[in-house]
Formats: sequence, structure tokens, C-alpha cells
Amino acid sequence: MTELTVGTKKGLFVLEGDPGGEFKVRCRAFPGEPIDFAVRDPASGRVIATSTSPFYGPKIWFADDPGGEWMQAEGVALPEGGEEALERIWVIVPGEGGSLWAGGDPGVLFESRDGGQSWELNAALRQHRVEEDWQPGGGGLCLHSIVPWPDEPDRLAVAVSAAGVWHTDDHGETWRRGNHGIRPRYLPDDVSEDSSPLCVHRMERAKRDPRRMFIQFHGGVYRSDDAGQNWSYIGDGLPSDFGFPLALDPGDPDSAYVIPLTGDFDRVTPEGAVRVYETRDGGQSWTPRGDGLPDREAYLTVLRRAFGQVGEGDSLQLYFGATSGDVFGTGDAGATWSTVATRLPPVFSVTASA
Amino acid sequence: MAVVCLHGPLRSLAGDRAELDLRGGTVHELLRGLEEQHPSVTGWILDERGVIRRHINVFVNGERGRAETAVESGDRVEVLPAITGGA
Repeated sequence: MTELTVGTKKGLFVLEGDPGGEFKVRCRAFPGEPIDFAVRDPASGRVIATSTSPFYGPKIWFADDPGGEWMQAEGVALPEGGEEALERIWVIVPGEGGSLWAGGDPGVLFESRDGGQSWELNAALRQHRVEEDWQPGGGGLCLHSIVPWPDEPDRLAVAVSAAGVWHTDDHGETWRRGNHGIRPRYLPDDVSEDSSPLCVHRMERAKRDPRRMFIQFHGGVYRSDDAGQNWSYIGDGLPSDFGFPLALDPGDPDSAYVIPLTGDFDRVTPEGAVRVYETRDGGQSWTPRGDGLPDREAYLTVLRRAFGQVGEGDSLQLYFGATSGDVFGTGDAGATWSTVATRLPPVFSVTASA
Repeated sequence: MAVVCLHGPLRSLAGDRAELDLRGGTVHELLRGLEEQHPSVTGWILDERGVIRRHINVFVNGERGRAETAVESGDRVEVLPAITGGA
């Protein structure tokens, strides 16, 4: 049985089902509230969710049973008396060594060491944002991707739209940029790399070879073979290199899946056909995977955190949701797809566990 | 003492009390006093900057109030979510 935690514009939906079939809604929580992201923490078994009430601001919540009582986490705020307030939490990622990490707007990172009950702002990264001119992307100044290094809890990379990629080797005490090779087409060629607003849309690290990383950029897909210091363009062969989500097969460092959208001028699936594109050679070639997906008159938008996976290899399961309220999935690494759910509210995020 | 009236989830955060008697010379002082009495309310009405959240409305004796609006003993201060549009 696979569990999907689906954050939507109107609450959290927990779906259950078997790969290849339609899933059932096991429970719905936070009716009416925008749920930006939710994930089941494998260490504690809890579900951690984040909401951004238009009235009461961003909050992180945790529950042992998502159909039961939810508790509000502490510490999810910027220091009092500053010039900025926390706008939104975009993502929560289980890290190494029992930590949980949360990223949000304005370009902030939080850590929890007690299973999501309390959170502490990362002061060093915050200081970079205070001292430097970070520019927001269209969705805000969002820290949306957090990629731990397997078995090394002090190493972490994060991506901010539009402040690019940042690395730490000392558990967040210090940070350095890692953007060499990324070419933003929306800027003049002579803008210096360190001052460029770099609109990374999503970043992932290969589990079996943590030096291998992938980025879906705002126009461009990139690969790094040196732990995110240097990046190479790998978008050739895609119908569009614009998109938001990105997923990897944990069993194959050469793998990546993207869902191209027409472009930043028209953020829908190209030519009315929903296609996931897969590479198994580090981006040298891409194969469309659409067997079972809508192939005509389907103009969907899939947001950056609305693509999740569980398992690996031939039985890799991938799930993505669209702002149309549809959720699709595969249980055979993308060879065939099925409709998991329809007529949900607009989908903001999808995570999977089994 | 002014009477602060809470609505929606704010009421449950304040121990299921719809009305509280609080001291303060301005709306902001009253709201800080509310947070001291009921720490669960912290972050729900005032953000980290101490600013009333954009979609929270405050009325003092039926008139729109702001953080700096003066409050006197016996005044009635309503705190409620704004009636804002959107889907």
C-alpha cells in the first residue's frame, strides 16, 4: 500500500492505494486552508505539514495520525523586530541524523531536532539574505529544495529562487554558492555569476552517488558531477527545457524525470499532451513517458513540489499532481501511468511513502 | 480595561474565551497583552515585526482601528479575519 500526502489549495488529502490503480482518500485535514507541503517523516512516523493561512500566516503542524489531532510547531518565525516576516514554508525534508529541515520565503532555512515539534532558524544563511540583494522569483523568495548528503549530516545543499544554489559542510555554520555553469537566458551575458538572480525551480541529489545532482532551472535542465559546484546543460532533446518539478530514481544516479511546460510565457504542458521525460544516461538523451497520461486537450500546470517518488529501479513509483486537481502515478518507473485521483483542489505538493 | 473580542480559531487559541478584559493604551498594547496571557496566539495576529497581519481587521467600538489606535477603559475591540475575496 502506498500513501500519498497531497497538499492542495483547500486542505491536505491523504490518499492510499496500490501502484497502477486509483487511490482512495483516507482523510482530509485543514479544510479550506492552503497546504503548501506535507511529508511523512520516516524517523518519527509523523506527518509534518505546512499551511499558509491568508489570515494568520504560515505555520508548521505535526500529527501522528493525519486524520486525528494536529499540533502547531514552535519557532516557525523570523526574529522579532526585524524588517521581514516569514511569508511561507515551501518544503520540509527529512535529513540525516534525525534532523528535519524546512525551507521557505524569504529564503529561510529552519531545522528541527525533535521530530518537527520545534524549529530553529539557520542564522548564517539568514545573514547572507540580510546582507545581499536576493531577488524573489515569481513565487516569492522561496527556499524550495533541500538535499542532504547521505550519511553525512553536516553536508547540505539548498536552492533558492532566485538566489541560486548554496552549500554547507558544517551543518549550516557557513555557506558558499555553487552556481558555476548555470546560464540564465533572462539576463545579459555579462552579469556576474555571484550577483545574478538565479531562478532554480527544483534541485535533487542522487542517493547512490551524492556528487551527482540535477537542477530544473527557469529555462534549462542541468547536471553536476562534483556535488553542485559546476553545472552542465542537459536540456537538449526535451520539447521545452522550462518546467518546475524534478524527480530521481534513488537506485540510478544517471536517472532524472522532468515534466516540461511550454515556457515561462505559457506554463502548461506542451501541445495539450501530458508527458514525463526520463533520462537514464545523465541527460544525454530523454525519452517521453506518457502511456496512460492525457495526450490531447490537456493543458496542465505541475508545480515544483507536486512530484514525488518512492521505491527504486523497475518498481519505482512516481506521482505528480496538477493545478487542475488531477493526480497521476506510475508503479513501473514511468513505463505506464494511471489516474490516481481527479477533481481535487489545485495541487501544490505531492509526497509518497510505502 | 478594554474588552477584546475574538472570533474564529483565535477564540480557541485563547482558551475558548470569546471576550477578554485586557489592559493597554493602544490596540497594539492590547494585542501584546493578549499574547502574554495566551502565548498560543503569538504569531496569529501580529507578525514577527509586530505588524497586524494584512487580512486581520480590528474594530474599536465599531470603527476600523489600527495598531496605534488609542483605547480607553470599557472600549470594545473586535479582532476578526477580513472578508477578503479570492477562490
